Amino acid sequence: MNKQLRINLHSPRVLHVLSLLLFLGLWQILASYLNSMALPQPLTVALVLRQEIASGQLPHHLSITLLRLLVSFGIAMLCGCAIGIALGRNRQLDYFVDNWLVILLNIPALVTIILCYIWFGLTESSAILAVVINKLPNVVVTIREGARTLDQDLLEMARSYHFGRRKTFRHVIWPQLHPFVMSATRTGLALIWKIILVVELLGRSDGMGYQLHLFFQLFDVASILAYTIAFVAVIQLIETLLLKPLDKQSQRWRR
Amino acid sequence: MTKINIDIQDKTFPAAGGAQPHQAIADLHFNLHSNEFVCLVGPSGCGKTTLLNIIAGLDADYQGKITLDKRGGVPNIGYVFQNPRLLPWRTIRENIALALPEEIPDTTIDSLLATMNLSDMQHVYPERLSLGMSRRVAIIRAFAIDPDILLLDEPFVSLDPPTARQVRRLLLQLWQQRPHTILFVTHDLREAITLADRLIFLSAPPMHVLSEIPVDIPRTQRHDEAAIEAFRQLLITNHPKIKNLL
Repeated sequence: MNKQLRINLHSPRVLHVLSLLLFLGLWQILASYLNSMALPQPLTVALVLRQEIASGQLPHHLSITLLRLLVSFGIAMLCGCAIGIALGRNRQLDYFVDNWLVILLNIPALVTIILCYIWFGLTESSAILAVVINKLPNVVVTIREGARTLDQDLLEMARSYHFGRRKTFRHVIWPQLHPFVMSATRTGLALIWKIILVVELLGRSDGMGYQLHLFFQLFDVASILAYTIAFVAVIQLIETLLLKPLDKQSQRWRR
Repeated sequence: MTKINIDIQDKTFPAAGGAQPHQAIADLHFNLHSNEFVCLVGPSGCGKTTLLNIIAGLDADYQGKITLDKRGGVPNIGYVFQNPRLLPWRTIRENIALALPEEIPDTTIDSLLATMNLSDMQHVYPERLSLGMSRRVAIIRAFAIDPDILLLDEPFVSLDPPTARQVRRLLLQLWQQRPHTILFVTHDLREAITLADRLIFLSAPPMHVLSEIPVDIPRTQRHDEAAIEAFRQLLITNHPKIKNLL
């Protein structure tokens, strides 16, 4: 046999491809067996996906949803980090605000979304606000945990060597918070993109959520799956191109 | 010339978690002269670290006064903690540079690294260093800022004896190149005699000064173990007050 054709079954990349092929295979078998509108074959979905991309519909709605995701995620992370650090460093404030956090954490996402639309109108800013309110308490709680466990010895060192506020934050506090920020980012993205579709479904006339709602009414499963695939691919790209390199860069000092 | 005057009437830790209030320091007075190497010797747990934290300005909750005859502005204090306290996410050189005020040139770091035999390690992260090396970096950081006073808090504990000897020698070498006032805390009397111009013996809490004894062994003979031991024996016979510390 030709040696070059031998595949190393232990390489992670090969395993990834194999598992993906297996998934597609199972889907194909199931779809052929059922032969129903409810589960189109992979090829049908791929064709719909190509057509939707070519027509510009999918890029249009996807980019609107991604923009909303970016804005609400940015606001939630910024405010969440600031509040989380403040609570982690100030016990009295923490006791005081803790109840509010528990309430916010336990309000169902759907309730916040509906209330935001009722109170502030069916506008872009109430849509963003609804997402931020849903995400904020999670960020606060995660970052608070990080701020509570800051190394006192290092803070003392920074004080005795007159680091000042900016230097202390950048070189002493931030590197310790970094793993917590990354964890809030990961769980945050997963949470936000699930909520954002509901927000769009209920009160927007564009974006992925709106489109999915439309396809639902038309019982167009192929389009629903095509949009889902596009969305999952984009999120995966963010993870591999942005988050993983960031993680690696910040962990380079570890043994 | 008196350079630093330490006068603490009272330092009491408030009652916490069911424990009684604890008076750590009571009526503690001593002076430090310019460029003098002073060793504080006392039983462990007697409050030496508390004292250093007060002098370093990390603990302001006490009765008394620390006077530094300084060159103006905030007193510049080089503190070598019991643990090296290096930032693990910054390289050795970055760790030193971060503590450095802007007016001090970067070349200071180069020469200090060379003296401490760490030039090759400057771009390494602290986790890759041995404890002895990390301690040396902490000493460099303290010297680099050209401090009004250097505080060293048992910086050689948990080093094996040859490494401790080596770092001690490097510390003296550095101090002779760049004279500074040093306050060195230890519970090891031999170490104190080897290093100090003057020994200050401290009591168990509430801590105060038991006695101050100059070390008159010439610096050139300090490497002689027999001379150190003879001085130690002399201390024991001549100063019954501090006997239980020895």
